[in-house]
Amino acid sequence: MSETRAPEPALLGLEGLTKAYPGVVANDDVSFAIRPGEIHALLGENGAGKSTLVKMIYGLVKPDRGRMTMRGAPFAPASPAAARAEGVAMVFQHFSLFEALNVAENIALGMDRPPAPRELASRIRAVSAAYGLPLDPARRVGDLSAGERQRVEIVRCLLQDPKLLIMDEPTSVLTPQEVEILFRTLRKLAGEGTAILYISHKLEEIRALCEHATILRLGRVVDTCDPRQKSARELAEMMVGEELHVPSRAPATPGAVALELCGLSMPPASEFGTPLRDISLSLGKGEVLGIGGVAGNGQDELLAALSGESLAPAGTIRLAGRDISRLAPNQRRALGLLAAPEERLGHAAAPDMSLTENALLTGAVRERLTRRGFIDWARTRDFASRIIEAFDVRTPGPENAARSLSGGNLQKFVIGREVLQAPEVLVVNQPTWGVDASAAAAIRQALLDLAGRGAAVVVISQDLDELMEISDRFTALNEGRLAEPRPARGLSVEEIGLMMGGAHDLEVSA
Amino acid sequence: MDLTSINPVLLIASLMVAATPILLAAIGELVVEKAGVLNLGVEGMMITGAVVGFAAGVNTGSPALGFVAAALGGAALSLLFGLLTQYLLSNQVATGLALTLFGLGLSALIGKPYEGIKSPTLQKLDLGPLGDLPVVGPILFGHDPVVYLSLLMVLGVWWGLGHSRAGLILRAVGENHDAAHALGYKVVRVRMAAIAFGGASAGLGGAYISLVRVPQWVEGLTAGAGWIALAIVVFASWRPWRALLGAYLFGGVTVLQLNLQAAGLAIPVEYLSMSPYVVTILVLVLISARGQHGAPGALGRVFHGTG
Repeated sequence: MSETRAPEPALLGLEGLTKAYPGVVANDDVSFAIRPGEIHALLGENGAGKSTLVKMIYGLVKPDRGRMTMRGAPFAPASPAAARAEGVAMVFQHFSLFEALNVAENIALGMDRPPAPRELASRIRAVSAAYGLPLDPARRVGDLSAGERQRVEIVRCLLQDPKLLIMDEPTSVLTPQEVEILFRTLRKLAGEGTAILYISHKLEEIRALCEHATILRLGRVVDTCDPRQKSARELAEMMVGEELHVPSRAPATPGAVALELCGLSMPPASEFGTPLRDISLSLGKGEVLGIGGVAGNGQDELLAALSGESLAPAGTIRLAGRDISRLAPNQRRALGLLAAPEERLGHAAAPDMSLTENALLTGAVRERLTRRGFIDWARTRDFASRIIEAFDVRTPGPENAARSLSGGNLQKFVIGREVLQAPEVLVVNQPTWGVDASAAAAIRQALLDLAGRGAAVVVISQDLDELMEISDRFTALNEGRLAEPRPARGLSVEEIGLMMGGAHDLEVSA
Repeated sequence: MDLTSINPVLLIASLMVAATPILLAAIGELVVEKAGVLNLGVEGMMITGAVVGFAAGVNTGSPALGFVAAALGGAALSLLFGLLTQYLLSNQVATGLALTLFGLGLSALIGKPYEGIKSPTLQKLDLGPLGDLPVVGPILFGHDPVVYLSLLMVLGVWWGLGHSRAGLILRAVGENHDAAHALGYKVVRVRMAAIAFGGASAGLGGAYISLVRVPQWVEGLTAGAGWIALAIVVFASWRPWRALLGAYLFGGVTVLQLNLQAAGLAIPVEYLSMSPYVVTILVLVLISARGQHGAPGALGRVFHGTG
């Protein structure tokens, strides 16, 4: 399809775009072009400069140097409204919906001259029907699922009849079925001549969808390719600039039962929470269990129930045969059950405290960092330094505040802190969220090594590729229920999707 | 004790007057909070409006000019708050509290020469024979223009927030400032406008006390009305008509306890005087027990704009 379009002039051209922030050059002399009807991938690790680049195209950030052209004419949007007027529309990764407002109000906010409410509602219905994205204009966005919220964003863009659609990490919150529907919509749009700039680090998706890819590393364009001709591993190595280490371990046979849940049900802790419904599970020593599912289906609640943050009904959680349902987190740590929650700053680590102090917070019991109520600072510092060394945490030293670390480095610290305490059972939620490819591989390898030493590991994640890579068995949370775990090897995408709860009331009509 | 001396028609008419200062301040603060800003300086802006309005009214002889000056004075003080919190990114709670203390001190300084003077006061709006109607006449048609202005402001804010594009943008900014910024809305500008509106409204409310209700100047005249206005915004779950209800409820209890005092109810006066505040606290506790429904998502959060 794209080959026949090759002689067409570029829709958007970028020439030598440069943008520097104090201490870092976000974009350095970036040039490429996007043709009408092309699905163009922008690839790069965290901090490679993808967001800054699209913010310049969308008029949120002004480039220091370089120029952009739109259909050959100079293009320098001073604001998002100016960019929208030129036919640029953007679907944000997050931050762009208003939960307390309804669908129609959210869409009206993204338009410069919205029609009267009634006409807008009928246009929303018309566009959503044409592209197979059902939406009720009167629903409150706060009540919608992640997939439905994304539909709101896409419909908001489509109502403006865009020439260029920018999508920033659109699939990170979708089930496989929802991803398939999204891709159909995008292909249909591209067929109608809309250019799509697609940002993602899910390489298999890019190989399935995109015709052209530009790869950014440290703010520079390092390569371009046709992703359909490359393997995911080749693409990853182009992004990282070095050979990628793929986590591996010898297959092991699970040992005695380490962790057992029987009929665990809990009401939600907050009004927006999800209740846990009748969760039963048995996990052997040396086993890695992957728990998938779309965010907000009980992941946080399950982690809290296991870590001891919220106390479960008596008799529902057993650690090596002993009922720990009513024990507090430190009592569970003493028995060997450790946990690393998803939220790095504020949940897993106290942002303004030093790494040493953060090491103390969960390590005090098992590493004996306190004596008669007093802190043994020498031992604590030593423990923090061991984490930093063993997990390659890039920081000047253990006295630095947790907040000063980049997300990936702090994540390595948080996981390392638990792994080094040699747990019997480790529960982690989103262990590599927002972490770049090489660090993610290191974290996965550490989890596999831990299992290899006989610990049971529960990995809760929304990254299915990750779960398939390291899990022995796979299961999924859907509205607080846990599907029956199945061996991860040989599981098909359809089966995984069904375990995750399908496509949330979606039927493809296009 | 003689409860028959309490005339229900006059009670309702006078509760509207008693509630108007709080209603004006509350409807202004409601708009400010809908834009995501928590300004705890309502009391300070009210009392500044009270003294500025009083001084302007005495010097010009025109209460109408007094109200205009009060609105400008309240808005000026609120813009100081806006400058500190929106541009210099100071903490909103601390800055609001400081604004109240500053306003109390400033008003005492400005008001010193005006103590013991009587101000010109507003005439009731003459609506001809309508005012002579039984029951509805005194309740609906026997007030001064500012009472009607306060009701119009409730109507205007209700319509503006819920049905106009400007109101939609204001709510969007208060709900999620990062998203509003990403869509290209000027978060700080919208908030400064809301803050100025809140300051002007609080100033009007203060002037209503010094020019109509009392009408003279004494130090500390507003006596906590600004704090009650803040409580009423929460009571109202950030909805204009409920703010009207809350203000009239507070005004009603205030007037009722005065009437009960006059009627010689055998309860110590102190208990009656505290009753409006006790009722406010009780209602707030009952409302809060259901959770903070309707609080704007970005209320009180600092916006770090980039780019």
